[in-house]
Amino acid sequence: MKVLVPVKRVIDAYVKVRVKADGSGVETQNVKMSMNPFCEIAVEEAVRMKEAGAASEIVAVSCGPQAAQETIRTALAMGADRGILVQSDEALEPLGIAKLLKALVEKEGPEIVLLGKQAVDSDHNQTGQMLAALLGWSQGTFASKIEPADGKLKVTREIDGGLETLEIKLPAVVTADLRLNEPRYASLPNIMKAKKKPIETVTPADLGVEVAPRVKTLKVGEPPVREAGVKVGSVAELVDKLKNEAKVL
Amino acid sequence: MQDGDGDEETRAIRAGVAQLCSRFDGAYWRTCDRQRAYPQAFVEALTQAGYLAALIPEEYGGSSLGLVHAAAILEEIHKSGGNSAACHAQMYIMGTILRHGSTAQKRRWLPQIAGGEVRLQAFGVTEPTSGTDTLSLRTTAVREGDRYRVNGQKVWTSRAEHSDLMLLLARTSSREEVEKRDEGLSTFIVDMREARGNGLTIRPIRTMINHSTTEIFFDDLEVPADNLVGEEGKGFRYVLDGMNAERVLIAAECVGDARWFIETAVKYACERVVFGRPIGANQGVQFPIAKAYSQTEAAALMVRKAAMAFDSGQSIGPAANMAKYLAAEASWAAGEACLQTHGGFGFAEDYDVERKWRETRLYQVAPVSTNMILSYLGQHVLGLPRSY
Repeated sequence: MKVLVPVKRVIDAYVKVRVKADGSGVETQNVKMSMNPFCEIAVEEAVRMKEAGAASEIVAVSCGPQAAQETIRTALAMGADRGILVQSDEALEPLGIAKLLKALVEKEGPEIVLLGKQAVDSDHNQTGQMLAALLGWSQGTFASKIEPADGKLKVTREIDGGLETLEIKLPAVVTADLRLNEPRYASLPNIMKAKKKPIETVTPADLGVEVAPRVKTLKVGEPPVREAGVKVGSVAELVDKLKNEAKVL
Repeated sequence: MQDGDGDEETRAIRAGVAQLCSRFDGAYWRTCDRQRAYPQAFVEALTQAGYLAALIPEEYGGSSLGLVHAAAILEEIHKSGGNSAACHAQMYIMGTILRHGSTAQKRRWLPQIAGGEVRLQAFGVTEPTSGTDTLSLRTTAVREGDRYRVNGQKVWTSRAEHSDLMLLLARTSSREEVEKRDEGLSTFIVDMREARGNGLTIRPIRTMINHSTTEIFFDDLEVPADNLVGEEGKGFRYVLDGMNAERVLIAAECVGDARWFIETAVKYACERVVFGRPIGANQGVQFPIAKAYSQTEAAALMVRKAAMAFDSGQSIGPAANMAKYLAAEASWAAGEACLQTHGGFGFAEDYDVERKWRETRLYQVAPVSTNMILSYLGQHVLGLPRSY
């Protein structure tokens, strides 16, 4: 069983993000970039499936600039077998990426697409769901446990107030939540071996997919600076302030 | 990301080390420090991930990488807030066996060192009466048939209690007997697992940092003649190239420390508000950090230059020493700026600043003191008159 794992290159989760002076986006020049943490969890799960004999090949895919190749290498160092870079210098939106992945799925024929539930940069949480819809496949989102069994998957999902267990038919799209596993760190020999694993580069045009943006970002701004609190003398004063100053009542 | 992070390969290695180190946070290092405990879990993780075998050739189970990569590994450990003194020597002491040992010795020891089953991270050189003046060391090894009998004492032998093997430098011919000044010393592999209690005694020395250092006593210790590395009498030369590699790697640790201090200082200076504005707005706070930052970037370039020269087989005496000097100065300047920026909180253990500050102070003194580097540069590189 072949598993396709899309991975995204994002600003490292521990970096303090800065907004560009012109408000057009966030600063990415000279900023440490890493694999999106939820994508790491997806790669780890795929590698565990392979180690357990449930998966035969893991293909890591990234859609983005040339530098996203480093993110693919990270996946290869963790245990993916080969990589595909869909190279695009344009800002890609979830629908565009879902269409690119659909084209790759048709070409590669995986039975599972395993990806992070969302990327920590844009927090869309859309790509997996859109891909499942475009492919007409079953989907298991926010997975905290995945158990393959006879052409099916048992997926435990984290939902409000508890856990839900679904049985879904293959082929399927599954998105990884935080508690699915703890990703391994690559060993030095595996980092070195990853250099020799193949990465194929294609473009959206090669795949016949139109990825022009449909959404225009009007403005990106810093969150408001938190102001100091005030002490109130009585409940009446509190209610008055909530009503007239904070205007929340 | 700084300039000089290196090529894609080095960046991948840095990212891998940083990820491993993220599992060992300030609380982990503070606990080790408070208990004066060996950071066993960290050393095991680093060993299992293969980082300590970076410099060992692939045919012996390592990764065949260069000093540039080893330097990047150690820099990242220090930049993460950790400290690699507990295990960095496992990376480079084996270099003496690799470069000067026999094929049989390499086959016997290197795979076990690469796999971490055997630790070779103790280097018996310094003695109570001979520090940097290595040639006046007094520990003797006398040949008796197929063995050498060792008598004497070493001091500041780090990690001896956490090492299986020790590389020992001992005198095999007296100073009067040899033709050249630097002859008469020999290097041996001492298997401390067999030797403890049979002529070898290890006594720990408590210090201001958690460094697992010791003093060692040899009392008629027998070492098999097979464990002599290279030729008898040439040992001093064998350890010299290793010492230069060590200086470059320690310099990389200083750069890592400096980067941690600068990042920590900048963060605190931006967050800490006094008199209605962040303290980082005051140039009295800003400038020492900016100065240390420039020093660090310059030192990092020198470290890289020295490491690249070593990897291409050039002799690196001046470059290695300058790298060590500049990097130790930069990390100390950064440590001072960071502690001062934090004010009283810099002294609180929970901030890790005081621990890193104590740790980085060591590099002004070890593995070679700043004054010794300057006198080396003065006399041997610039040709100034001899001072001693």
